[in-house]
This record gives sequence, structure tokens and C-alpha cells, in this order.
Amino acid sequence: MLTGKGRYTDDIKLPGMTHSAFVRSPYAHAKIISIDTSAAEKAEGVVAVYTAEHCGDYGVPCGWQVNFKNGETMREPQHPLLAKGKVKHVGEGVAFVIAETLAQARDAADLVEVEYEELPAVTDPAKAMDAGAPKVHDEFADNASFDWCIGNDRAEVEAALAGAHHVTEMKYKNHRVAPNALEPRSYIADYDVNGDKYTLYSSTQNPHLIRLLMCAFVLGIPEHKVRVVSHDVGGGFGSKIYHYTEEALVTWSSKQIGRPVKWTSDRSEAFLTDAHGRDHVVHARMGFDKDGKIVGLLADEFCAMGAYLSTFAPAVPTYLHGTLFQGVYTTPLIHLNVTAPFTHTVAVDAYRGAGRPEATYLLERIISKAAQEMGMDQAELRFKNFIPPFDGVNQPGYQTQVALQYDSGNYAPVLERGLEMVGYENFKKEQEEARKNGKLLGLGISTYIEACGIAPSAVVGALGARAGLYEVGHVRVQPTGKVSVFTGAHSHGQGHETAFAQFVADKLGIPMDDVEIFHGDTDQVAFGMGTYGSRSLAVGGSAIMKSIDKVLEKGAKIAAHKLEAAEEDLVYADGKWTVKGTDKSIGFGDVSLTAYVPHDYPEGVEPGLDFSSFYDPANFTYPFGCHIAVVEVDSETGRVQLKRFVACDDVGNVINPMIVDGQIQGGVAQGVGQALLEEVVFDEAGQMVTGSFMDYAMPRADDMPMVETDRTTTPCPHNPLGVKGAGEAGAIGSTPAVVNAVVNALAHMGVSDIQMPVTPQRVWKAMHANGNGKA
Amino acid sequence: MQVTLTVNGSKVSHDVEPRLSLAHFLREVLDLTGTHVGCDTSSCGACTVLLDGKAVKSCTVLAVQADGGQVTTIEGMANGQGMHPIQAAFKEHHGLQCGFCTPGMVMTAADILANNPHPTEQEIRHSLEGNFCRCTGYHNIVKSIQHAAEQMK
Repeated sequence: MLTGKGRYTDDIKLPGMTHSAFVRSPYAHAKIISIDTSAAEKAEGVVAVYTAEHCGDYGVPCGWQVNFKNGETMREPQHPLLAKGKVKHVGEGVAFVIAETLAQARDAADLVEVEYEELPAVTDPAKAMDAGAPKVHDEFADNASFDWCIGNDRAEVEAALAGAHHVTEMKYKNHRVAPNALEPRSYIADYDVNGDKYTLYSSTQNPHLIRLLMCAFVLGIPEHKVRVVSHDVGGGFGSKIYHYTEEALVTWSSKQIGRPVKWTSDRSEAFLTDAHGRDHVVHARMGFDKDGKIVGLLADEFCAMGAYLSTFAPAVPTYLHGTLFQGVYTTPLIHLNVTAPFTHTVAVDAYRGAGRPEATYLLERIISKAAQEMGMDQAELRFKNFIPPFDGVNQPGYQTQVALQYDSGNYAPVLERGLEMVGYENFKKEQEEARKNGKLLGLGISTYIEACGIAPSAVVGALGARAGLYEVGHVRVQPTGKVSVFTGAHSHGQGHETAFAQFVADKLGIPMDDVEIFHGDTDQVAFGMGTYGSRSLAVGGSAIMKSIDKVLEKGAKIAAHKLEAAEEDLVYADGKWTVKGTDKSIGFGDVSLTAYVPHDYPEGVEPGLDFSSFYDPANFTYPFGCHIAVVEVDSETGRVQLKRFVACDDVGNVINPMIVDGQIQGGVAQGVGQALLEEVVFDEAGQMVTGSFMDYAMPRADDMPMVETDRTTTPCPHNPLGVKGAGEAGAIGSTPAVVNAVVNALAHMGVSDIQMPVTPQRVWKAMHANGNGKA
Repeated sequence: MQVTLTVNGSKVSHDVEPRLSLAHFLREVLDLTGTHVGCDTSSCGACTVLLDGKAVKSCTVLAVQADGGQVTTIEGMANGQGMHPIQAAFKEHHGLQCGFCTPGMVMTAADILANNPHPTEQEIRHSLEGNFCRCTGYHNIVKSIQHAAEQMK
């Protein structure tokens, strides 16, 4: 990658490969009156032009089912490969043009004439549930895909709030953001008539799941005839988990034309067609007693699904969101009610954190707002409400009010360390001094928890998942003692090649150079569920550990035979089996060679040293931490500058500190992006007005300070590595910390809330509300 | 149109469409796929190469505009000798995760250090404003460039 030798999908050129381009809807909602492809078909270099007429009834499925509270089945519209009859969001594919070159495909796509009748559209999830709102799918009574609730009885929570000493209320939007992995999605399908086989090169985070969904639920082609290859992938953040229509369409069309077909998204298409994140409209209330103890939390949310249900979409505002409403606090009564409407927009699905950043934003903003309203210190109010420490071994896990049981946690030390790192004791003085000099400093705290390592199959199945969520780890010891490891997890920036090789080498006592990690090819790796939800090491790593245990167990039998000793008299350390109390030993390489050249071999033992394991965890893992932001607000312009960012995280045991820090730093930048800069905006007609990097602001290098990181370690008690996962923590903890800091900077002006993203305009307006005038 | 230019020290000459960008010329015609295209508005910087010693976004330079020029891409940075100190610094300081922005970052870093051999952290951050990274939060990219500056003294 550093020398230009990366292998991203768009880098691949196959003999005879064709290129493709889409005709996409310019309207959020319109009837398709006619499509004329005749001019395009005659254009130079064109191989084929397809519309819904050709793709029959193929549609991509949703992988999660959440039914209505009244038992009605989730409303699940067909998601056709190309729009049928109506278009339901800007960017929806209407026609697909294949040509010899990309330029020819794009030129010909411009020649496809589509006549539309534009219809009114709705893009806001709350407005989508208004009576008379334009319907996304005519076949349903209204726009709801499902509704759902979790926690205690609503009336009980209402009663607790009615009796509370103080109630803090918030109404806001956790706005829609675009994942924007820097590599646009790219697919190449190559149909081979010899054997009726397909190869799909895909920039996906989970090649096996794509193969399963596409074969079994979309195209009805035999799974064993399809190979999905995902070499290097340029970032995902969730957006490359899902099975997209384009993947199925290039695969189908490659067989139609008998040649490879490539499609690579451009950035405008990425904005319009990659699944987005967040988009919750929230009304929440939290009650406190006179000592500041939380007595109840009640929230109602409208959470957009978009026009069609993406692969994981229904899970995000429900089981990945409501189950985190306990946070790190002892809140005795919790109730969340969710309504999930269709909107005339591209789908919303899991984006870095997926439901958990939205839960954390709510909890961490409302507790800081409560502290401000009650005149309490924002750290003190948190300390007062923390769940006491429990390690999951000597003390049981913590049973929340929202279904989950936390594995292990010790929440006060991360806040203590965070406060120490930021110099909290002196901050108030600094803030006052700065204010005298016309500078508005603010400090915001967030103490988050998340659920990672998704997860036990039986549990997610009961929650509506249509798949298991185990992982596969295959360890193949070669005759020479070199080790090939095949994982169903997928690396697209997480450094599995390094971290996985590190723990394998460590456990086997062999050099790291003797270990190679393979992933991202369904012909190499037996099966896998891919990488998301900070699950790779916790679930995928544990599967590899199981296989290593099997290798060592069999290796001990061979070693015992060779050493003429009893198995129980052997110890394995530093890459060799030694007879206890003697200097008789045999190395890992000698044992592996014996396994493959079994001339002098134990009776009844099979040759070879090669094991595969499935690991289905006992529980989610629950990392937690404290993020603290320090901002300076320009009192003239309202511009917010992030001065410092401190993160003390507890992700359980750490294999590679540099990779973990890198995950935190990158996640923090994405969370800061949502807090200060990023927002997908639609106009009244449903047009996206932030559809390019010119219009959608993402953090650049000079928007970020160095991220100051530290850790505490509370191992996960239920997986063999004791790890909890670190991929999403940065994006979960940071957003409320930054907004809390901005509100803190403006608190003396009577500001107690501000809508994200905190743009200079919003800050200026907040400063000048209440007749405040200048700072 | 015929274009002739020197890419990573080798002279190349091809007949191209006038609308072909330098980025696509490098990727499609010369198979130098280390230069990436991450956007269509000249915003992301993944396509940055050196043209006559200066960092340019090759997605917004036409191949015909580069006629007669000297182009260095990520593939040519090391000059056949393992890794350039900037590449080595990115490796040592974990300055990349998914790797997609990395070639553009390295080429931009080369331009920064050519113009300012001892940049401050803020100068580095300011000079990187044309390059997006979505993975690292820029933390280790800045550190890598600081380290490279030390090494290249």
C-alpha cells in the first residue's frame, strides 16, 4: 500500500473486461412513465443496456426482522435491482449500461431517455409519520416499517419522572451522516461458462455473507459456484457490509453478456447510494432525585430506514441502540419507544458504532444538560450514578433494564484518569481567565459504554437476525512449521495481518514472520461473517485461538510419541514441548514435519496439523471509556476550534497498542466530524444538497488536534483473549464530548443545548438568543 | 492526441482522448494503480502525484496538459531502493490504515518537505488540507511526516 502495490477492486483488470454506468433517478419520488434505451443501445462501444424489464423480479433482501409491537410482521418492500414503476430516492438505479470503455458507458447512459412524473417526497423521519405524508410504498397503510419498544413498563417510567425532583428534557435530531470510506464501492463480476462459475471481486467487509445473500436470496444461483474475493478495501465504517443492488446486477449481467463487468462508484454516486448513518429524531426525558441520582429515562424516537430496508437496517435503532440505554449508570427505570419509517432517501444502516453512538449521544448530552440545570459538576453527577465495579468472575455481570447483561466493568477509573489527563482541577480557573480575555473555552465529558463482539447467535436470532454471528478461524500448520491462518473476519484498515499474526505467534512461541493471515476470499476461507461491530479480534480471534488449542493438543500427542513420554508430562513453551524436569524437548517445526511425514507416528492419530473452528461467543463484550473535549469558541464568529481531545478507554486486553490507538484516533475524528461539520441535508423535494466533498464537510488535518490516549484494562471474562474490541469506541464517545464542550463554553450565556453539527451559524445564533448580544 | 511524458524516470508515449485525466492515464493506460481516485471534485487528494516536482491532483489535470512533463507517482517514490524515508516513516508510525489515501498523503508530504524541510505540526496540518483521510484522524500521518522530516535532515 505504501509503495503503490495495494490491490483494491478498481485496480483489477481482467481480459475482455467491460465497464458500466448507471442511469440514476434525478427525483426523490416519481412515477416512471417511459424509458427509451434505443439511442444508447446504438451508441459506440455499447454491449448491453438493462432496465427492470430485464432483471425480472430480482431484489436484495434485508437480513434482520423487527416486527411491530402489536405483532404485525415488519413491512418489507421488495428492493429491485433497478427501479420498477416508481423511483423512491434520488440516485436509485433506473438503467444499467455496459460498454467497452467507461467513457463509452457513461456517454451512452446520457442517451437513455426516461420520462418521469414527479411526486411529493418526505425525507424527515418524524414528518414521514404525519397524517397525509407522501407514502414511500403504496402497498402499506403508512410509512412505518415497524415500531418497537424496550425496557420497563412505560407507565412506571412516566410515574418515576412525575415524582422526580428534577427532569431534564431534550428534543433534537441525531442527524444523518455519510460514511464516506475514501475508496468508492467497486465490483467486478466474471462469469466463466466452463463449469457455470462466477467470481465476484467486491469492496465488501464480508465476502461470505454477500455470497450467501446474493446466491440464496437474490439470483438463485448455487453458492458453491460463486467465489467472492475482497482483497484490499479502502475503508468501510459499515457502509460496505451490506449487499447492494449493484453487486447482484454486475454478477447477473456478466452471465448475460459472457464477459467480465466492472462497476466503480464515483463520489457523487457514493453519496446517493451508499447506506447512510444515524437520522434519529429524538424526544427524551431523564429524571433525578434531590441527590442527583437518576430515577428514570424515557425516550421516543423516529428513526429513518430510507426507501428500502438495507441488510442490517432494522437492527440499528433497536437492538444496537435501545439495549445501550443503561449506559454506565444505575438508572432503575428505562423505556425507549422507536418508530422506524420509510423515507424518500437512500437507506440508513449501521455506520461506525451503529445505534450505540446515538444512544451514547442521548445519555451523555442529557446528563451534562441535567448537571448544568441542577448546578452540579458534570463529572460529579456521573460519579454519583456509576454502576459499581464488577469483573464478571468474582462478581456477576450487571443486568441492565434493557435486556443485556454487561460482562465486566469498572467505570470510575476511566473518568478519574480522563480528568487527570485534561487537568480538570485547573480548568475552571482557565475558563474564567480566558473569558476575561474574550475567549470562550469549554470542556465536555462523555463516559460511554458499547456492546461489541456481535454476538451470540442464539441471542441475535431471538432478536430478529436472519443469520448466525459466530466466526471461523482455520489454522493450517505447514510441514515446515510455517503457519497459514484463515479468518472469516475481514481487514480493511484494522491491521488483522499484524495483530492476528502477533497473538498466533505469541501463543505458538514462533516468530511472527512464520505466520501469514489470509482473509477476504470465499475459496480460501471456509466461512465467515465479516468485520463490523468491533468483532474481529473478540470473535474472529477467539475462533483462531480454538484452532490453536486443537493444534497444540494434537501436537502434544505427536511430541509425546517422539519423546517417549506421557502427554501429561509435557509442557509447551517457547515453541517446543519439553518433558517436565528434563532437557528433553522437541520443537514445533519437528512436530509439524512429523505430522506430515508420519513414519514414526503415534497409533490412531491422523496425519496433518490443520484445524478449523467456529466460535460463537457467550455474550457481547462491553468496552467503555471516558472522552473529554476542550474547545475554544470564537465569540465574534461562533467558530468552534477543538483544542484538545483526551480519551481514556478500556477495551479489555490489548494485543497491539499502536493499532488500538489508531482505531481510537480515527474513530474520534469521525465523531468530531458529526459533532462539528458533517450533515447530509435534503431540500423539500428530497434532493441531497450535500452530495459532494465540496458540500459535505469532513474533518481535515487542521480540524483535529493530536488525540491524547490512555487506557485502563478490565479483561473480557468470556473470551480466551480477554479482548473487547476497539473499532467503534472513538466514534461513540467523542460526539457528545465535543457538543458538551461547546455548550459548556456558552453556558454562562444561558445556552443549555445546541443542535449538531455545531456550525458557526448555529453557535452565533445560540450566543445571540435570549438577548445576550456579545460574549 | 499523442502525449509524451516521463513517468517515474521512463519515457512513455500514447495516443489518448483529450478528455482523459492524468489519473486515469496513469491507472488505465500505464497500469500504475497506486494513484487512487476518491472523488470527482478535486477534494480528496488520493490522486496526488508530482508533476515537474510539484504536488498536483491528477484527477483534474488532463493527460494532454502533462505532455512533456516529469511525473512521479507513489510507485516511483523509492527510486528502486526499498522505501523512501517518507514511506518508511508511515510504516513505522502506523500512518496508514486502509491505505487508500496513503499514496496521496505520501506525495503531498514529499511536496511539503521539499518546500519546508522543518515544518511545525500546525504547518503540516495546514499543508495537508487538500487530502482527506477517513481512518487515522490524521494523528499518525502528522507524526509520520514529522519523523520523515527528522530522517531527511
